[in-house]
Amino acid sequence: MNKIANVLTVACLVVASFATQATPEQDLKEFREHYYKKFPNVPKNDFINGVYAVDPASREQWEAFEEFPSYEIFVDKGEELFNKPFANGKGFADCFPNYKKGIRQNYPYFDTKSGKVVTLEGAINKCLKDNGEKPYKWKTGNIAYVSAYLAYLSRGNKLNIKIPDDPGAMAAYNRGKKHFYAKRGQLNIACADCHFYYPGSKIRADILSPALGHPTGFPVYRNKWAGASAKGDGMGTLHRRYGGCNKQVRAKPFKAQSDEYRALEYFHTYMSNDMEVNGPSQRK
Amino acid sequence: MRRTAHLIKTSVSVAALIGCLGMTTPITASAADAAAIEKGKKVAFDRKKGNCLACHQIEGGSLAGNIGPPLVAMKARFPDYDKMKAQIADARVNNPNTIMIPFGPHKVLSAEEIELVSQFIYTL
Ligand code: HEC
Ligand code: HEC
Repeated sequence: MNKIANVLTVACLVVASFATQATPEQDLKEFREHYYKKFPNVPKNDFINGVYAVDPASREQWEAFEEFPSYEIFVDKGEELFNKPFANGKGFADCFPNYKKGIRQNYPYFDTKSGKVVTLEGAINKCLKDNGEKPYKWKTGNIAYVSAYLAYLSRGNKLNIKIPDDPGAMAAYNRGKKHFYAKRGQLNIACADCHFYYPGSKIRADILSPALGHPTGFPVYRNKWAGASAKGDGMGTLHRRYGGCNKQVRAKPFKAQSDEYRALEYFHTYMSNDMEVNGPSQRK
Repeated sequence: MRRTAHLIKTSVSVAALIGCLGMTTPITASAADAAAIEKGKKVAFDRKKGNCLACHQIEGGSLAGNIGPPLVAMKARFPDYDKMKAQIADARVNNPNTIMIPFGPHKVLSAEEIELVSQFIYTL
């Protein structure tokens, strides 16, 4: 009963904050405090470790995996691709002059000129296109390798997502926020149900991770994405994961890099501002 | 099963009902009831149907989640069978923001399947 009351209270808060058009700063404060209260023993920056921050039982095994991580060879592949000159003699470094210092923490950002949210993956493919090269496929393969390399170089940098004073930026932010809290699919379950109200609980045998810190670790290597049935090598982008979570509730997933998922990533990543980039990561 | 519950409900006090049903159900359940309960259990445990184990511990099921309360002592918690069935058909009636799936309105389970699942759950 208490739990129900809590859920209702939080639901009302969420509705209230929609009604009064809370600023992103206020949202961020409330969002975080919810997790800090729910997990008083988890150190604040530990939320970058996904489910392993709240599940001590699987943490040890995960730490062992991270000693010799399966994503390492893909970071190397990403580096190779990054340094391969384009046909016009230029290269990725011309598009990302600060890549050595790390740039992952600045994505996604709102581009006031185009009125669009720009993700790191979007910027990688734009660089290819602008230089007459064929863009990569969106969810797996080369895009995930280059993204993993750039994340790797950014480790330890703190997420710094800005919402400029621009109606387009606010609209994108609010669209993402709405996606996060809205019930969807035949099963009628919101991202927030699983990753805001019930992180730490078990859904079947899986423990649900907090949404706070989700984006810091992407792209990820997932054992599940490496199996023969997944026909993949394990690597995948954040939008691949969004699609998977939409499918779990029998909702039709949006396309990777669609306006909808870029807006979701904008909100989702903003909520993790000031947390350290630690991608790529190893997952079950 | 369902009819039995109704009969008793109208003739005895709630307190007596809880004690009484707990002891007598397994003995009074007819062969037809037993078959319905078995079918209901299948629907409840099937990942593509009820998948109740995703969120509830249920006796006889493994790898259960714990988002919802363990489904035990159902007759004590729901002296009124129809109230429990309504919760299974559409949990939003009791909690508009519930994570539990609106099995009926979203056509995840048919009316018949909801009846079967409810009969099974009421034995717990
Ligand atoms: C029915 C439950 C459910 C819903 C709804 C759901 N997810 Fe998930 N999600 C999971 C499970 C289970 C996992 C794997 C365990 C974990 O890391 O939480 C997961 C994993 C993730 C991960 C990977 C976390 C990591 O550290 O690797 C992200 C990101 C994510 N979900 C985002 C979302 C978003 C965004 C939505 C809504 C579009 C959503 N999820 C909806 C159950 C759900
Ligand atoms: C995605 C999670 C989820 C699934 C799947 C689910 N439930 Fe629930 N259920 C809950 C939660 C959470 C509650 C607690 C009440 C609330 O929050 O609405 C609940 C409450 C209940 C209750 C009321 C228990 C009480 O004592 O108050 C019953 C009965 C019930 N569920 C039966 C079922 C059955 C039968 C199924 C499968 C056909 C099922 N549930 C599937 C999450 C779920």
